[in-house]
Amino acid sequence: MNRFDYIRPATVTEAIAAAAIPGSAYLAAGTNLIDLMKGGVLRPERLIDINHIPGLDRIEHLPDGGVRIGAQLRNADLAADPDFARRFPAIAEALLSGASAQLRNAATLGGNLLQRTRCAYFYDTASACNRRQPGSGCDARGGENRLHAILGWSDACIATHPSDLCVPLAAFGATLEIEGRDGRREVALEDLHRLPGEAPEQESVLAPGELIIALRLPAEAATFAPHARYIKLRERTSYAFAVVSAAAGLRLEGGVITEARLALGGVAAKPWRAEAAERALTGAPPDAASFGRAAEAALAEARPSGDNAYKIELARRILVRALTLAAAGTPERLPALPASPFAPLPGGRPHG
Amino acid sequence: MADTLPLDSAANARHGSSIGQPLTRRDGVLKVTGQARYAADNHPPGLLHAVLAVSRIARGRVAFLDLAAAKAHPGVVEVMTPANRPLLAQDPDEKQGPFSFRLDLLQNDHVRYAGQPIAVVIAETLEAATEGATLLAPRYEAESTRLGLDAGEAFVPPAIGAGSPPEVRHGDIEAGLAGAAHRIEATYETPAQYHNAMEPHAIVASWDGNRLLVDTPSQGLAWARARLAGLFGIAPEDVHVRSPFLGGGFGSKGLISGPQILGAVAARMVGRPVKLVLRREQMYGPVGHRAPTQQVLRLGAAPDGGLTALAHHVRTVTSSFDDFYEAACDVSHTLYASPAIVTTADAVRVDTGTPIFMRAPGEASGSIALESAIDEMALACGMDPLEFRLRNYAEVEPISGKPFSSKALRECYRQGAERFGWAGRPLAPRQMRDENGLLVGWGLGTATFPAIMFQGQARAVLRRDGSGLAELGAQDMGQGAWTALAQIAADSLGLPLARLEFRAGDSNLPDAGIAGGSGHTATAGTALHSAGADAIGKLAALAMADERSPLFGAGNAGVIAREGMLLRRDDESRGESFAAILGRAGLEEVEGRGHGAADAAAQEHYAMHAHGAVFAEVKVDPELGQIRATRLVGAFAAGRIINPRLVRSQYYGGMIWGVSFALHEKAVLDRRSGRVMNADLAEYHVPVNADVPSLEAILVEEIDPHVNPLGVKGVGEIGITGSAGAVANAVWHATGIRPRRFPIGPEALIGGAPG
Amino acid sequence: MSLSITLTINGTPRTVELDDPRVTLLDLLRERLDLTGTKKGCDRGQCGACTILLDGRRVNSCLALALSHDGAEILTIEGLADGEACHPIQAAFIAHDAFQCGFCTPGQIMSALGLIQEGSAGDDPERVREGMSGNLCRCGAYRGITEAVLEAQQRMSRDAREEVA
Repeated sequence: MNRFDYIRPATVTEAIAAAAIPGSAYLAAGTNLIDLMKGGVLRPERLIDINHIPGLDRIEHLPDGGVRIGAQLRNADLAADPDFARRFPAIAEALLSGASAQLRNAATLGGNLLQRTRCAYFYDTASACNRRQPGSGCDARGGENRLHAILGWSDACIATHPSDLCVPLAAFGATLEIEGRDGRREVALEDLHRLPGEAPEQESVLAPGELIIALRLPAEAATFAPHARYIKLRERTSYAFAVVSAAAGLRLEGGVITEARLALGGVAAKPWRAEAAERALTGAPPDAASFGRAAEAALAEARPSGDNAYKIELARRILVRALTLAAAGTPERLPALPASPFAPLPGGRPHG
Repeated sequence: MADTLPLDSAANARHGSSIGQPLTRRDGVLKVTGQARYAADNHPPGLLHAVLAVSRIARGRVAFLDLAAAKAHPGVVEVMTPANRPLLAQDPDEKQGPFSFRLDLLQNDHVRYAGQPIAVVIAETLEAATEGATLLAPRYEAESTRLGLDAGEAFVPPAIGAGSPPEVRHGDIEAGLAGAAHRIEATYETPAQYHNAMEPHAIVASWDGNRLLVDTPSQGLAWARARLAGLFGIAPEDVHVRSPFLGGGFGSKGLISGPQILGAVAARMVGRPVKLVLRREQMYGPVGHRAPTQQVLRLGAAPDGGLTALAHHVRTVTSSFDDFYEAACDVSHTLYASPAIVTTADAVRVDTGTPIFMRAPGEASGSIALESAIDEMALACGMDPLEFRLRNYAEVEPISGKPFSSKALRECYRQGAERFGWAGRPLAPRQMRDENGLLVGWGLGTATFPAIMFQGQARAVLRRDGSGLAELGAQDMGQGAWTALAQIAADSLGLPLARLEFRAGDSNLPDAGIAGGSGHTATAGTALHSAGADAIGKLAALAMADERSPLFGAGNAGVIAREGMLLRRDDESRGESFAAILGRAGLEEVEGRGHGAADAAAQEHYAMHAHGAVFAEVKVDPELGQIRATRLVGAFAAGRIINPRLVRSQYYGGMIWGVSFALHEKAVLDRRSGRVMNADLAEYHVPVNADVPSLEAILVEEIDPHVNPLGVKGVGEIGITGSAGAVANAVWHATGIRPRRFPIGPEALIGGAPG
Repeated sequence: MSLSITLTINGTPRTVELDDPRVTLLDLLRERLDLTGTKKGCDRGQCGACTILLDGRRVNSCLALALSHDGAEILTIEGLADGEACHPIQAAFIAHDAFQCGFCTPGQIMSALGLIQEGSAGDDPERVREGMSGNLCRCGAYRGITEAVLEAQQRMSRDAREEVA
């Protein structure tokens, strides 16, 4: 790890001013940043420690029924907030399926949204990686890429975004409050991450020095609470990144889906909102045929970026599963194994 | 289990009172309070920190290191490279014996695998040394990488594993296959695996003139000492290796590794104590691994299910510069009766670090393939997998024809099956679901591991104050040597454990042999047992020759040592305390010396193996292919059990390694660069707590009068064998898909019809 | 550069002069304060061996920059026992043979304390297994760990009830 200057601003304004100097990076919990610095992937010259700025870690239930969450709130604290978990159960489930209890206790929401890809070639500083070093190439192409992207990738980059939290946030229309030198603006979570295209190093729409202050969920997002789930396929039962994952929310009236929310994780450089699939579900009965059609629609554009064609089929299936679970109803209490296929479902699960 | 054991050379015996007791670990309090001092916990005054720089290419040479940048970093004291590394007395590429491997000690600028040490940065702080290593920013002249089981022309090595022949032929295999009613031929692949002990290899080294003191984890103190002494050209007595606690070893700390030695070289160079700890990613190169294999099994069976032929071929890899060959086929020598058995091995050379022994070397990789193939053949014969295994039960060791010194495998099958509830298992796959619709499968694997012994020495002392001392350079890497060996020692001296001082984990103590091969308790235990007997014999001789002793003249009847007393065997009311005997003789203590080694004559006549049967349940998501090993029951027979609590833990650990072998762990190598792309603990998956919800281990009684005086076989490795295959077979039973590449990933299972 | 921070470590306030901003809490404890009970297994938040309680919460100390935690309260394995008496979690780990090599054990125990204090696992073994899955044990002592956490949790809640009574 390189030496760096350490700056501890007391206010957001101070922080933004400090971060204006090139080579600066915001330090939240550091669960991702310090890891990347230890690996030599990132070598910031200045760390702007935003942990001591008061007021950035609150959960505010807004008069309009929405909720505003400070970006410095720890993942575990959001998941443990009973009101939040009741109104946004799929988000709580996604939070609790990520990383480990220790990391969730430290990691902030803002940090979670901005965490970097787990692509091994991004982490391996001896490999070519356009995301880490623009123009150097992509060693993941033609490399070990069975876990890489199947949607939205480009020849320049086939990495995926690893966040669980972002998947239901994208599905349920979260927005972000962002502050920079030019003031405050709002960005939809769905628009935060960029697809790689020709410039995979531009991972988000944040300008240098911009800081995520808060996350908002609209009141409407809570209307899915009775039928909202997150499910995650992993290569071990816990403490692993998703091979693929999916968040689903349904509004059901009279045996028909009036509105659906769907997003996939582990498939692209951003959480992948499946709007075509959502549209396909509107007005349809919540049954296997509808879910299958939705999954087909969601993956219509998918193509393998390497040895990962199987992920396309898995993504279809996990969407169907997420929808099936959502239709069955949100459980009273989150299962012992959140988002796991091994979590029991009250009343049994409708496997073929 | 008899509580009195015959002694080898005397009529004197002692009663066991500690052996067999499920004592908690004697080092438990130290370990749960953070006071157990592991190598990297040492901080001698003036300590400097050293960090390795390792190669990012797999073949070629280092063309440039930015020494100026590294040295300019505040706190960096020195950079050790091939250009300035202190001279060594031996060439690190010179083999010193059969268990000596070539080391990378900065002897030149050549690179022969990714992760090879190419420089050592020494600094006042860990932070400075770490950054200094980064700042070296090496440039290379790279050559193309050779990787994979097809990297080059295969050759037949002169020996495999710890010295087995690469080809063993028994009976007429082709006739056995030709005449078979059922034949299967299947290829299984196992990946490269890395030991990944939780404690990274570490050393704290200090020099005092030409004397070297090191704190470093070692499964083989005497070998480590000899290697260090040889390389530095000093007497073994001038090397002191302390290793009271290892944070796991699993074979990777059996032989002192290059990086550990480099820590001592660095200390010599800078004239101050140096601590060098491997970063986790540096554990994927210079400290060994389990080589990948491709195994071809060809089996023939008669209409009644009796095997007619068993052919087991393994292709494996070794490094470009040294020789270690995963003896995966050897498991087929001993497990199932067949009139024809052929095992063959070949290998290719690749640009990786040299593979090495890793928990259940040979057997683990071989067992998952053999047990899968046996399962496939049982199916072909339309037989229950347990019935099929019993049909092919080896009453004698199949190739050698030797009787087993003991073999309670049939009882393992019986008890394991009963406990698991095997009866009623449907023969066909994909028949069982749980209440949530998950596919459920049950699988079986037979466990086996040879009962190995090395050479070991021990010293035992009885003191005038009635206490005792037992000491030897034994190593506790978690198996429980501090406890189990002390139990043996206490019994050998006829003392309660509380009256025994027990010393281990230090190279200044008698060489207890290596802690590996599941042979440490047998070897070191036998040495302690005979050292105790020697001391008791001397004490008894004093008493029996002394007219004032109630034991005077007891010679023919003999004596028994118990609870600090010597008693006449024929009249236990007559006896006296050790202290009284020593006091009257005017002696402060009597000393006994003991030796532990295999009994060559017994080995000539008997085949010696531990056995077991592992029953596994898995659940598989029918659409997503995610697998969980939901229940394992293992029943094991391994001779006398010194401490059932610790032995169960060994079995649990081994069974979890079996789950990991089948479902989780795999090094992902980039074929172009030769680098391990998941050289960490986030993507190199070892099981987490939630992966193993239910484990049971049954200790099946087995009395072995031949294996050694204690009747002890090993328990450290057998748990993996059988378990990995049982899980794989359970996955087949759940899904109908036969896994042949391990670990089993979701992509292998989603090809079938959903639901 | 000298950077001074104050930490309360195992109940004792300490002012620490840092000569380097890069020092993590783990390296501070191990290399500068001689509190070596906390272990470094991966240094990257992937194994849990370095788990401590930081302001009452279990975290990976390897990823926590010391400077950023000025004023924090830290509990390490060395501060858990009450004098000579083992903490109930420590006692349960011994009784259930919840470790072999012992290297991951301080992290397991601190994680268990965090889990029990979080209060979400209760007496559900599956929740304990999930809640302890951030602590790898290569020796494979998971069965004993789960049993030990369940037993300690019971004893601690019993003790707490008795204290209230």
